[in-house]
Amino acid sequence: MATVELTFSALPAHVRTARLVATAIARRTGVAEAILDEVRLAVGEACSRAVEAHRLHCPGEPVRIELRDDAGRFEVTVADAAPSEDVTPQVLEANGNLMPEIDNLGIAVIAGLADDVEVLPGPKGMRIRMSWPASPHGIAAL
Amino acid sequence: MDLKLDHHSEDNLTIVDVEGEIDVYTAPRLRELLIDLVNKGNFHLLVNMEKVDFLDSTGLGVLVGGLKRVRAHDGSLELVCTQERILKIFRITGLTKVFGIYASVEEAKEAHGRDK
Repeated sequence: MATVELTFSALPAHVRTARLVATAIARRTGVAEAILDEVRLAVGEACSRAVEAHRLHCPGEPVRIELRDDAGRFEVTVADAAPSEDVTPQVLEANGNLMPEIDNLGIAVIAGLADDVEVLPGPKGMRIRMSWPASPHGIAAL
Repeated sequence: MDLKLDHHSEDNLTIVDVEGEIDVYTAPRLRELLIDLVNKGNFHLLVNMEKVDFLDSTGLGVLVGGLKRVRAHDGSLELVCTQERILKIFRITGLTKVFGIYASVEEAKEAHGRDK
């Protein structure tokens, strides 16, 4: 197993950097080109949620990402330090009149993108772990 | 890539051209533009997303907020988008049922003309 860790200040501008890093490492790990967009979007969603949570609760604390090459899986964990309650991923139902709620939309998007997602809320912060299949012989060791 | 925004009016329709990435960093600019357009009396908006490289849930929230505002004035907010990577996020969230999504500006204009 090889791991890359990234921490960044809770600023919206850094979310793009996190997306780019995650996508680059996913590619090197052997994630198929066809699902790199899903990795990019899911990691961006998790980081955006973390940044917003930090800006509300602990703007001075950094957001942390771990990216792992683990036995044929590319695994990403985004951890924040803001207290969180239970979060239920929800796919929106909407008709012409009822406007959908957009709370937790990011989590719903992640759940729709990654085939393996674990959301662990807690009083000391939330961890979102997600993974995708990768070539067991990734392009290069991390 | 940063976000580029432009807009122009054709008949009763205001076309908003969006280029680049709509995320937690850039979405506030799109939100401000949509609010400004509505405040100036533009209640029928068509957001052209053909040059959008990336859209996340923050961007979706801005579009939903825009739709809410125009509907308060019996208006409309519709989209032009054919990119599968962008359409996918609308499908995942069920928002394909909320927005009219067209394959081209011309197609949207025709539909808008029929609805007038």
